[in-house]
Amino acid sequence: MNWQPGISRQVLERRAQFLASIRQFFKERDILEVETPLLSHSTNPHPFVPSLIAEYQPHPDVPPTACYLQTSPEFAMKRLLAMGSGSIYQLCKAFRNDFCGKLHNPEFTMLEWYHVGYDHHQLMDEVDAFLKCMLHVPPAERVSYQALFQQHLNTDPLTVETAELKKIIEQQGIEVAIADSELDKDGWLNLAMSHLIEPKLGKTRPVFVYDYPASQAALAKISSHDARLAERFEVYYQGIELGNGFHELSNENEQRKRFKQQLKERERQELPIVPLDENFLKALEHGLPDCAGIAIGIDRLLMIALKKWNIRDVMGFDFDRS
Amino acid sequence: MASYNSSEFRNGLKVMIDGDPYTVIEHDHVRPGKGQAFHRMKIRNLKTGRVVERTYKSGESLEAADVMETDAQYLYNDGEHYHFMNPSNFEQYSVNADSIEDTKQWLKENDMCLVLLWNGNPLSVTPPNFVELRITETDPGLKGDTSGGGGKPATLETGAVVRVPLFIQVDEVIKVDTRTGEYVSRVKE
Repeated sequence: MNWQPGISRQVLERRAQFLASIRQFFKERDILEVETPLLSHSTNPHPFVPSLIAEYQPHPDVPPTACYLQTSPEFAMKRLLAMGSGSIYQLCKAFRNDFCGKLHNPEFTMLEWYHVGYDHHQLMDEVDAFLKCMLHVPPAERVSYQALFQQHLNTDPLTVETAELKKIIEQQGIEVAIADSELDKDGWLNLAMSHLIEPKLGKTRPVFVYDYPASQAALAKISSHDARLAERFEVYYQGIELGNGFHELSNENEQRKRFKQQLKERERQELPIVPLDENFLKALEHGLPDCAGIAIGIDRLLMIALKKWNIRDVMGFDFDRS
Repeated sequence: MASYNSSEFRNGLKVMIDGDPYTVIEHDHVRPGKGQAFHRMKIRNLKTGRVVERTYKSGESLEAADVMETDAQYLYNDGEHYHFMNPSNFEQYSVNADSIEDTKQWLKENDMCLVLLWNGNPLSVTPPNFVELRITETDPGLKGDTSGGGGKPATLETGAVVRVPLFIQVDEVIKVDTRTGEYVSRVKE
């Protein structure tokens, strides 16, 4: 057993300064800090965003209720937005029921913010200012998902056939030991992105990748110019994915439809079925103001600032020490 | 045989892949934003030494390889095979000369080596980090040169060729670092 924390006093200080600078950034922009539940009765049904279950049982005679540690504070924050909060941000812990890795710990620190009246391009401007303030980096580059694949793999991600995409990936020397039946086209696109493109992204400046395929929309609006695209973006720096942003989907029917598809996909993958957040859906029905939002991994941001290449090295107690 | 799931993967773990034993050099859990998770591995084939990168789906498990290292003394070779013995249980291993092509030049009779065994059969041999070997052939050095600047090739009793300082003569014993193949010092007898 090892009682000691995994980081030095100096890293602790840098972490504290970092959190203080983040709060300063939002104070200057008059964006309100909020808190929402980490423990909730429902959760995100997305099959690739696994939730941790915590049992609520205040007395041995009370039957236990499954509650969920939040994978992000998104749904509750959108309920605040629907109430009329105006632009808000939150610094909190988020949880994923997932393996550890160089960039992954089941519990991590997330910054999530929503800017009312912004679309994803305007939010990218604000994220750019945020990164400049936190990491002292030059202005970010912007490239569409489609152009990025054309640049790096000389293929159009929107039209390429799955078999062709697989061939391109294998030609780049990636040995994939996964059955064809277990990877759909988005699976192969994600594999290409994470193995072949991501490591090369943002060597000298951050990069925004925007307009993802509609099949990877998650909680983003579908583009009004091109129904094949979702108004979603990701930001990368030093080969690390830092954040994921959306021009937020506000249509309740469309949101419910996506949740139902995700539950169906959960069933197909034999993943546990989770209760949908009806409060969140009700809030959308009431009306979510037009807004864009982003979640940024603060541990990863700190990794870059401190040039430490394992998430453990910026956390007092990573999962093994927890 | 036991198996490991991806949360148990560690560097140095020995696993079976496509019927061959491998050692894990590097591994990482990769999950693209909102996408399927992968387990990315860099592995070395312990039979061929070849290093490959492979991607599995996250949660995959791999069979453990029955691979262990043991101390063994090098006894002799008959040209085709090199023979070793574990001095604690007197078990003997014979290793095909081809499979130790890179290391056999450092093997001196009676030296203790590390033999890597898979299902009890030797896969590879690691010589001691430092070996002391006699010089069988080298050009005579320049008179009065003791600085060692420049150097010259010298052939050792095992057939290995290393660069030595100019003052080193035939029949002298030198110490060599087998990891780099470099001369370390002269050994006084």
